Amino acid sequence: MPSYLVKRLGYHAVLLLAAVCLSYLLASLALDPRSYYEGRQPPLSPAAVDHHLTALGLDDHQPLRERFLHWADRALLHGDLGRTIDGTSVDAEFGRRIGVSLRLLLAGTVLGTVAGVLAGAWTAVRQYRFSDRAVTVISFALLSTPVFLLAILLKTGAIWFNQTTGTDLIQFTGEKSPGVDGGFWTVLGDRAVHLLLPTLSVALFALAGYSRYQRSSMLDVLGSDYLRTARAKGLGRRAVLLRHGLRTALIPMSTYFSYGFLALFTGATFTETIFGWHGMGEWFVNSIGKNDVNSVVAVNIFAAVTVLFSGFLADLLHAALDPRIRKTS
Amino acid sequence: MSPLLDITSLDVDFGGEAAVRDVNLTLDRGEVLGLVGESGSGKSVTALSVLGLLPRNATARGSIRLDGTELLGAGERALTRIRGDRAAMVFQDPLSAFTPVHRIGDQIAEAVRAHRDIGREQARTRAVELLDLVGIPEPALRAKAFPHEFSGGMRQRAMIAMAMAGEPDLILADEPTTALDVTIQAQILDVLRTAQRETGAAVLLVSHDLGVIAGTADRVAVMRDGRIVEQGTAAEVFHRPREPYTRQLLAAVPRIDAPREPRPPTGGTVLKVRGLTRTFPVLKGTVVKRRTGTVYAVDGVDLDVRRGETLALVGESGSGKSTTLFELLELAAPEGGTVELFGQRLGSLTPAEAKALRRRVQIVFQDPMASLDPRMPVGDIIAEPLRTQGADRAAVARRVPELLTQVGLDPAHADRFPHQFSGGQRQRVGIARALSVAPELLVLDEPVSALDVSVQAGVLDLLRRLKEELGLAYLFVSHDLSVVRNIADRVSVVYLGRTVEAGPVDEVFARPRHPYTQALLSAVPLPDPERERERQRSRILLAGDPPSPTRRYDGCRFRTRCPLYVQLTVDEQKRCAHDVPGFEQDGAACHFPRARTVL
Ligand SMILES: Nc1ncnc2c1ncn2[C@@H]1O[C@H](COP(=O)(O)OP(=O)(O)OP(=O)(O)O)[C@@H](O)[C@H]1O
Ligand code: SF4
Ligand SMILES: [Mg+2]
Repeated sequence: MPSYLVKRLGYHAVLLLAAVCLSYLLASLALDPRSYYEGRQPPLSPAAVDHHLTALGLDDHQPLRERFLHWADRALLHGDLGRTIDGTSVDAEFGRRIGVSLRLLLAGTVLGTVAGVLAGAWTAVRQYRFSDRAVTVISFALLSTPVFLLAILLKTGAIWFNQTTGTDLIQFTGEKSPGVDGGFWTVLGDRAVHLLLPTLSVALFALAGYSRYQRSSMLDVLGSDYLRTARAKGLGRRAVLLRHGLRTALIPMSTYFSYGFLALFTGATFTETIFGWHGMGEWFVNSIGKNDVNSVVAVNIFAAVTVLFSGFLADLLHAALDPRIRKTS
Repeated sequence: MSPLLDITSLDVDFGGEAAVRDVNLTLDRGEVLGLVGESGSGKSVTALSVLGLLPRNATARGSIRLDGTELLGAGERALTRIRGDRAAMVFQDPLSAFTPVHRIGDQIAEAVRAHRDIGREQARTRAVELLDLVGIPEPALRAKAFPHEFSGGMRQRAMIAMAMAGEPDLILADEPTTALDVTIQAQILDVLRTAQRETGAAVLLVSHDLGVIAGTADRVAVMRDGRIVEQGTAAEVFHRPREPYTRQLLAAVPRIDAPREPRPPTGGTVLKVRGLTRTFPVLKGTVVKRRTGTVYAVDGVDLDVRRGETLALVGESGSGKSTTLFELLELAAPEGGTVELFGQRLGSLTPAEAKALRRRVQIVFQDPMASLDPRMPVGDIIAEPLRTQGADRAAVARRVPELLTQVGLDPAHADRFPHQFSGGQRQRVGIARALSVAPELLVLDEPVSALDVSVQAGVLDLLRRLKEELGLAYLFVSHDLSVVRNIADRVSVVYLGRTVEAGPVDEVFARPRHPYTQALLSAVPLPDPERERERQRSRILLAGDPPSPTRRYDGCRFRTRCPLYVQLTVDEQKRCAHDVPGFEQDGAACHFPRARTVL
């Protein structure tokens, strides 16, 4: 088993490298940082524009190949992603924002996945009953609602809640209230209150998707011969459904986990913007607007790492869940 | 004394459609009741209703009492207490019947713990004992294996061990050997009888195979269209059947001890295969594939088919029968050995010659539904090979009705689709398609093994008639020796990719010389209770499973399971271990061939 995973890890590392290099090349081709400086008020002299571009390593008089090699040397060998178009350090910005995004994505994903798996399994067991139909309708409604609409609906709901209760219990702007200080618990409580809505919007999205997949995978298992065997042994309903049913029905889910994460990341771009979180998603949108090559590459690295890392986690999970692949690989 | 199991007036419907009607059965303690019938007659549904395991869309009425307790309509909780404890079940397909993610030993231990208040460790120990009891070698080690690491036979043994875990009074076995090869079937039936002896349980044995029932059941019930048509002791039902249906069923079963008509003389050789080999690489790796081993799928097959003759190619699953056929039909140079079709050696053909040869050799597949395009009317299906050979419209329009009549179908049905035909009729369509281009050699890959006996008899008759009328030659692949005896003139037995014995059917069946052929013939159950029980006493039971085809063997590859080997002297054994026994036409690939009567 370890050798199988080591191989997968190596495979992922190669993919990551390729993704990073390609995203640099693509960003350099598609974005035009010169236009950003030329549009500045008051106008900059052409010499000043060139000076800025050279400082960023984005001088378009140099051939792309050389810029790339230079960038690769700096970024890949020394871990320095350069400067943003406004002259601050990309690495520092990265460090500041990564925590914000992870906090937002992780809680939401974990919550949504667990709830989705349970909801899917439960509705499969209750196929065609009222509860199954209700969950089905709700998940399809959620799946067909664009993330930003969902976020706005949640926000509206929160405003209504705050107004009717006459409190400001649910906070939905930023990740903390300005000027809150006090003990550890006060700060933590404040952060949690801010996390509530964004987490919910990420979680609901995950829940809707996973509950569908889990339902169909569980339905397959429910009709299987081995579930009948488990019943014929005289096992109780719980043991049959959980130990034999859900346990086996989780296997195909591990594949969805890795790809689902990508969709969540895309969704998070909107979630961050709407709830005023200064995370990776917001950075991505802003830096494209500013033709900021180095920042765009940084966000792409983040996306690639999360996707590949969740892919690797999915492999781990798959190997842990399914003895058949452990032996043959 | 009241019977252990008492089923009265059982009716089962699936959404309003009757599956079982007015079934009455009783089973005494320690008794074995055989339930026979053709596919869809309601055998499984009857067995499943006893433990309340019917699918959700089924409704059952009537009464099923186990030792006086009413089971029909009992709550899930009450049934859970009985399942596995008072009554246990053995299912047909042993791969899908085990949960793939849990170890075999754990799944058996779970059954032990389901009704006994004992610790995890004790249950594991008991599971190992049970595996030992059903003849799994190294049970402590094998208990840790996952279901996919077991062979079919071993899984079925484990399934029986699991049924024994709760020391039930009743074992319901639904086609416990149907998915298995004959030699493995003989082992499993033996284990089932052991299990019955050990636990003193009564057994309801469901099977479509009259031979299996004859050798094991004390009493027999015959089902048809959801009803029991006849019930009695095994001797009564097999020797003095009252119902015409039972008589018909018994008459349709091909028997391995049936008398044979003398065979007409045959013509020149149409197919000659010598030392055919074919290997497949075992690949590993996700991105870069590496070859880590070799499967020796066909490793020395010899065949001779003459005009007007049926050669049966016999062997257990995985022995390389289908691979051999595919190699022949490729019409390309074989990987090893030589193939001559109608005197032309494969590998040296021009494209035009290959095309001409392709017409002269046609194939009929095992599964009639899977081999016919469901969206094509059968007329077009039959015409397809004709069109490929460039026949014009008029020729097609003339041939199709002719062919349908020839295989016993109504020419007016040419515009119907495959799903509108029964299994046997679909197989006739497959045969008509093969015959459309007037071939001289027909390759038949298990053509009747998916069919019920009565339907099977019809298709076999058709094949026999066509051979005579059209002067065809057949290469007939089968694992069923009774069918082979019924249809073939000559037989060739393969073991692990290699021909071990060949000869005229009369000769080989009466005086098999290779120990493997002897075991194979001896394993076939006879639909005759007395003779079958007598055979059981002298049955040659092969140990274990066929070894892996991924390695090469020094000497005789049958050595690990050969019953004769253990009786040989040390010097003789050395010879088996070092020299590969050669195979000559109509011989046996054994250093110490001894003809022995096993039928
Ligand atoms: N889940 C189901 N839904 C609807 N009909 C069913 C279902 N299971 C069985 N039947 C029907 O019940 C009848 C009896 O089926 P059953 O499986 O008992 O036959 P069987 O004698 O066991 O056949 P076989 O030899 O093929 O196993 C058939 O007509 C079949 O189509
Ligand atoms: S050669 Fe030896 S081992 Fe092989 S079949 Fe004959 S007696 Fe058995
Ligand atoms: Mg059945």
